[in-house]
Amino acid sequence: MKKTISYNYFGLVRELILTDFKLKYKASFFGYLWSLGKPLMFFGVLLVVFTKFFKIGGSIPNYPVYLLLGIVLWTFFTEATITSLTSIVGKGDLIRKVYFPRIILTVTASLTALITLLLNLVVFFIFMAFSKVSLTAASPLFILILIEFIIFTIGVSLYLASFFVRFRDIAHIWEVTIQVLFYATPILYPLSFVPDRYQSVIMLSPLSQIIQDSRYLLISNETSTAFDVLSFPFSLIPYLLPVVIFISGYWFFEREASRFAEDI
Amino acid sequence: MAKNTEIAIKVDAVSKRFKIPHEKHSTLKAAVLNIFNKKSYTEFQALEDVSFEVKKGEFFGIIGRNGSGKSTLLKIIAGIYVPSRGKIKINGRISPFLELGVGFNPELTARENIFLGGSILGLTKKEIKKRFNKIVEFSELQDFIDMKFKNFSSGMQVRLAFALAIYAHAEILLMDEVLAVGDSNFQNKCLEEFNKYREEGKTVVLVTHDIAVVQRYCDRAMLLRNGDIVKIGKPEDIGNEYILQNMEDEEKRIQEEQKENDEESTFREGDVGITNVEFLDSRGQERNVFGTGDDIVARIHYFSEDTIEKPVFGVAIHTQDGIHISGPNTRTSGFMIPEIQGEGYLDFIIKEAPLFTGAYKLTVALFNWNLSIPYAYQKKKYTFKIKSAEENQYGVVKLETSWKI
Repeated sequence: MKKTISYNYFGLVRELILTDFKLKYKASFFGYLWSLGKPLMFFGVLLVVFTKFFKIGGSIPNYPVYLLLGIVLWTFFTEATITSLTSIVGKGDLIRKVYFPRIILTVTASLTALITLLLNLVVFFIFMAFSKVSLTAASPLFILILIEFIIFTIGVSLYLASFFVRFRDIAHIWEVTIQVLFYATPILYPLSFVPDRYQSVIMLSPLSQIIQDSRYLLISNETSTAFDVLSFPFSLIPYLLPVVIFISGYWFFEREASRFAEDI
Repeated sequence: MAKNTEIAIKVDAVSKRFKIPHEKHSTLKAAVLNIFNKKSYTEFQALEDVSFEVKKGEFFGIIGRNGSGKSTLLKIIAGIYVPSRGKIKINGRISPFLELGVGFNPELTARENIFLGGSILGLTKKEIKKRFNKIVEFSELQDFIDMKFKNFSSGMQVRLAFALAIYAHAEILLMDEVLAVGDSNFQNKCLEEFNKYREEGKTVVLVTHDIAVVQRYCDRAMLLRNGDIVKIGKPEDIGNEYILQNMEDEEKRIQEEQKENDEESTFREGDVGITNVEFLDSRGQERNVFGTGDDIVARIHYFSEDTIEKPVFGVAIHTQDGIHISGPNTRTSGFMIPEIQGEGYLDFIIKEAPLFTGAYKLTVALFNWNLSIPYAYQKKKYTFKIKSAEENQYGVVKLETSWKI
């Protein structure tokens, strides 16, 4: 028998994610097919609207997949942070009655969104196969960007979840912030459309950097990245921010976590 | 078998204070506006400097009334709350939950819930798989294992939850009022299972109101009251102490209630009443305990807004067990008071009180001359005690007696 209190973090996270996923499609006829069907339909609509009606990306090669990738990644960020926000408060009953590392709840919420992201990426790659984009030798590096993205998202989520226990206003503040970030990130529009002096500000955000780097690695090496827009020491900022936010978010969360059971 | 000397839980000088804000700032605006204000909150001391140890293999009961801090203590042991001061040492794998069925999802089947609930209790998938059959067998739900939890009867839900808790195989099991659910048959089954647990050298800590459970199953018990340990010891003693405590509390409550009633009756008849009675000795010193043969002065303070003409003050002296010793009033004593108005007092003097050791109750009353209007009536409200120097006295009253042959 074990003598110290050890905890099976991984087992619980997996079990909770599976539960969420199971519950989501429990009573529906098509079940899991929806998780592929929904993005497929959504992407179809986007493609028609932005390539046939608006033609924003006329000059950009492979604009449809370029746009899709941005939307897919952005969706992960919003879904993960919004579900994480209520991950502690929403499980108040559990927190008051059983001890387990609280961080599991928030990480689980973020990682549940990751499942959606992975499914969406599958659909994205299907779309990509139909376009004339070919992957390069550097493409596998996308995995690293994805890891950076997950770290960043969990870091932000940890702050949001622990703040929300004490200040319920955060939900509204975050809703507005997300809308601002959506337009402050080159998702719908290509970065090259933005006046030069704003480009550098936009690229300081890890979100912009992550989306641009992903496009660079998967679609076109003509995509401008942080290194193109920012001069050397500054170009590291978007890469360092996720790490800083994750570590400080973890520290902050753990400091607050001991009082969750009382504060909720 | 357990090595009885080994400690499973050591609670060392643990205190827990809750801050209850007067106005909870759950909006950012309120918090920002109140940054510079002194934070106003009530502090509630749920536990005060509590220390005790639970040995391995013990069935330890924690008993106490609502608000005694027993659930808070259990939550601290489980790690749900962090103590304000003090330390907890746990030696062995502890079950981190207090209630059965925590984490079960009603939309999932029994099978899925076993895996979900097991994971929340900290088990790996492999561990759960190994115990799966035993859990199902104990819960007697073989035929319903793929049915949704929400469609179970509450009895079935409890059975499944208990089976999982038992087979989670923690070395230390914490349970809060677990036996409040289920019928008595099932409760007994649970307790028997706890007994088996103990025989395997595992520790059970049970929080309950139920004295019978503590006395029947626990090896040792602890009585908590207002966040303090009253006593730790044999379940019989603790149970008795708990009953005694409850009786005392009840007595106090009744007395307070009576006091309130008395006070109400005192001032019911307009603004007239007896405000207090104090006992004095012959030198005018206030005291409550007298010797046999001492002079006792009962100073009756009254108040009357209006003038009362020819009032009558009456007293009655009773022993503790209700024997009426004497009941004079000013009228029968031929002591005429022309009138009273405002505040004042009247002395009732018992000369060389011929009373033996005991407590005596004084009733005081204020009437009009015809005794038809009771302005005040305070039944057995005031107590004085006699402590006799003479030994071997029998009875209540010391009569002037002599012997002759």
